[in-house]
Amino acid sequence: MADASIAPAAIAGMFDLLSPSPPGWGGNLLRGLLNSLQIAFGAFGMGLLIGTVGAYGKLYGGPVVRDIAAIYTTIVRAVPELVLILLLYYAGTDLINRILEGIGYQRVDISGLVAGIVVLGFVQGAYATEVLRGAIKAIPQGEIEAARAYGMSPTLMMRRITLPAMLPHALPGLANLWLISTKDTALLAVVGFSELTLVTRQAAGTTKAYFLFFIAAGALYLLITLFSNVILAKVEKWARRGMPSVKEAR
Amino acid sequence: MTEAMLAAGLTDPLQPVTDERAEAIHVWNLHKKFGALEVLKGVSLTAKDGDVVAMIGGSGSGKSTFLRCINFLENPTSGVIRINGEDVQMVSDGEGGQYPANRRQIERIRSRLGMVFQNFNLWQHMTLIQNVIEVPVHVLGMKRDEAMVIGEQLLERVGLSAKRDVYPAYLSGGQQQRGAIARALAIQPRVMLFDEPTSALDPELVGEVLRVIGDLATEGRTMLLVTHEMKFAREVASHVMYLHNGIVEEEGPPEELFGSPKSERLKQFIRTVS
Repeated sequence: MADASIAPAAIAGMFDLLSPSPPGWGGNLLRGLLNSLQIAFGAFGMGLLIGTVGAYGKLYGGPVVRDIAAIYTTIVRAVPELVLILLLYYAGTDLINRILEGIGYQRVDISGLVAGIVVLGFVQGAYATEVLRGAIKAIPQGEIEAARAYGMSPTLMMRRITLPAMLPHALPGLANLWLISTKDTALLAVVGFSELTLVTRQAAGTTKAYFLFFIAAGALYLLITLFSNVILAKVEKWARRGMPSVKEAR
Repeated sequence: MTEAMLAAGLTDPLQPVTDERAEAIHVWNLHKKFGALEVLKGVSLTAKDGDVVAMIGGSGSGKSTFLRCINFLENPTSGVIRINGEDVQMVSDGEGGQYPANRRQIERIRSRLGMVFQNFNLWQHMTLIQNVIEVPVHVLGMKRDEAMVIGEQLLERVGLSAKRDVYPAYLSGGQQQRGAIARALAIQPRVMLFDEPTSALDPELVGEVLRVIGDLATEGRTMLLVTHEMKFAREVASHVMYLHNGIVEEEGPPEELFGSPKSERLKQFIRTVS
């Protein structure tokens, strides 16, 4: 087999296989990417919400709230994500249907997208709780005290002081969570959700062009990361607006 | 002025309140315990409008705790606090302490007390002018452009007009503290509370802050001032309280207290600090 003779044909075939319309698999890959991004966004957003509630609960809640938050973060962070996904996905949908039947409703088909967002969001929430808790604790106590001393209500203080002041401390951790979220979508392949990794495997299996398709998927994941880095850097610059740069302080 | 501000009894924030010497703060028999440690053992104080009360005393005497009890940054264990003629309702926590019964009442009272902290405590994610207008706009409901006009006048007063759009981290300690005073003035406070306002400053920056506080005293503002600056307390105060171990050891007009101290402890304290 001479490389020189086979190369042009292989390259031509490569583009055919990746072309966006059938028989090319490019369109499927892009749809998979879109699904992955939807789940990543949804899960990260849900994780932020749970994380904010969890962090406030852990820091300011009563004993019961603190215990519930501690059990949640401990269990979610102790169990492998793959196990949690299988558990929450199958057991979770089964539980919901049993409850629905129990109160006299029809069984429902829970869409893979919603289930994926909820399951990954639940996992992200546990990590976000800890990231945000640490960030809130990093706010100089005097700034919180000044907000109290000037008669701010707890919600106003959260909106005007605590959240903006903790953001610069939270962003590096949250950026990690976002990138993990984009890649954790691949775990949903095990429950048959057509995200990027699953469609890549299908394309590769059908065409036997494993190397080509996994490289293509890898490139797409890399693109998400590179694009995210640009956005995250901008957000972090904005969040740190009142802070001298670390270099200056040296 | 907005309706809300008039309803809250606010007048032109650049003018000090000058009604006929009404009682601004009345504290009676205040106790504060931290666990087993009793920091305040029955301290009383009455400040009328225009009074400048200086609290002096050694470290651990309870003077800062007393000030922090007045706006409930610390909950007093027992005692009566009346601010603007309003008694603060407390409920027992069942463990020998108490906490305010009505959070809204505390928030309302706090929004009329201009607190200046030892460590400035400006909000780092806001520029100086944003710090100054934050409470008027978001707590007192003043219109943003109105608050801006007043805020700029106040910054000019404390000599920081040029720094209005600068973040606190880029200011010197003295500038931050003058900014914090402008933030306190912006709420048109019934009483200004100063908690050791110059203790965290480099010696060469103390003067600029004391000048601003001195001007406020001269124009008749009601102030409670916890300080280690004895000379300054003597100049500006109308009444001086010397605290020792959680009780008022001696109090009176500054000439009397510094000129002819009665208690041995105060004599010794004055000798050590001057």
